Amino acid sequence: MYPAEFRYTKDHEWLQVNGAMGTIGITDYAQHALGDVVFVELPKVGAKVKAGEVLGTVESVKAVSEVFSPVSGEVTEVNSELSTSPEKINQDPHRSAWLVKIKLADANEAAKLMDSKTYTEYVAEKEKEQTA
Amino acid sequence: MVDFGGWDMPVEYSGILAEHEAVRTRVGLFDVSHMGEIEIRGPRALDLVQHVTCNDVSKLSIGQAHYSGLMTPKGTFVDDLLVHKFSDTHYFLCVNASNQDKDYAHIRENNKFGAEVENAGERYAQLAIQGPRALELLQKFTKTQLASIKYYWFTRGDVDGVHCIIARTGYTGEDGFEIYFAPEFAEKIWDHLMDAGKPLGIMACGLGARNTLRLEAGMALYGHEIDDTTTPWEANLGWICKVDKGPFLGRETLLRQQGIGVARILAGFEMESKLIARDGYTVLEGERGVGTVTSGGPAPFLKKNIGFAYVPPGVNKPGTKIGIAVRAQTAPAKIVTTPFYKRKK
Repeated sequence: MYPAEFRYTKDHEWLQVNGAMGTIGITDYAQHALGDVVFVELPKVGAKVKAGEVLGTVESVKAVSEVFSPVSGEVTEVNSELSTSPEKINQDPHRSAWLVKIKLADANEAAKLMDSKTYTEYVAEKEKEQTA
Repeated sequence: MVDFGGWDMPVEYSGILAEHEAVRTRVGLFDVSHMGEIEIRGPRALDLVQHVTCNDVSKLSIGQAHYSGLMTPKGTFVDDLLVHKFSDTHYFLCVNASNQDKDYAHIRENNKFGAEVENAGERYAQLAIQGPRALELLQKFTKTQLASIKYYWFTRGDVDGVHCIIARTGYTGEDGFEIYFAPEFAEKIWDHLMDAGKPLGIMACGLGARNTLRLEAGMALYGHEIDDTTTPWEANLGWICKVDKGPFLGRETLLRQQGIGVARILAGFEMESKLIARDGYTVLEGERGVGTVTSGGPAPFLKKNIGFAYVPPGVNKPGTKIGIAVRAQTAPAKIVTTPFYKRKK
């Protein structure tokens, strides 16, 4: 379910590192919790973000949710397809519905994030809490 | 990602968009057993209901229901509700779940008529069958001629062998029915309706779709458009505020406000960009904050983003350009007439 090559945040963003570059999206857990996504607001190319800062906004029919940047860096690309097809986030959150690409400021930051095993356990725990 | 809106299940079953569409085009089934029921009985039952609510209960025929407001002495809303007339000495009120105990206490406090007031929520489950094919579906389960029940009328009858109150009411803007019956039969009736509804394209619907449907249909939600600080005049609900019916709680204040006019009034608006207004966002006229959004979000069937807001009188004129403060931006919007959506009769 959660790709092994990704890193994850407690706020349900994922990061895929590729050399000095990173791709960021929201997890399947996040899209499921939000429900039908109807609007996505992303930063401009060239924007500088710090880890933990607001990167953008994802809105579903029922709720507004901020996306926080898992790492620091400079936005090099945004997924403009999401402005016309935000529902892709529900359909393919880990692949084609990535949000932004970022030039990493600090290669060591990603190591602080959860790996897929830890995140899978984290999410299982969350789901247990909700059904309790 | 944080804050999924603080919603609990069953907010949605298949997804709000799919459920919303099912109700607009086919049929949807809602379990609204959480709604409260209060029954008023006795020779002066009418006097009590007339005293605590703002609509004119004397105009109701037996078997008829109307929308009304439970009033504070200040003419603001304790709750909004449906009043059903069973007989001259028996009225059945359907109230909001979260207000039920407060409503019951309020009615009892103002019961100077010796009427019997029963907090009957535990005795009733409620299912709402809503949509253009609701009648066709429900008719499979009852001998009652549903087509003969007019909008906002009700009757008693058996559904699936269970004694029910069958009301042609709803909170979606579509044709449909709300049935009230003993809770032990809820699961059975739900399952049978879902099974028989399959060929009609039925969907189980949650509170999420209930909210988008009522908003699109321009209906108020307690805690949003109305609460104990808003009057019927302000909420654009003058049609349920019958100040000429005689004395009732809040009438003096309401008459005074009718004379001097309101300082704010509820208006519907439509977004003119892709940005979505949400509850609590500020309404701007130029740079100046002039009001607050009470409900906002997508209108899935209209494929627009809409909302309700309190604005100063004058600003509520359809066509008026306003702004909505959405995060760091001012999103253009315009006042429109409500309901946003009206079904074809």
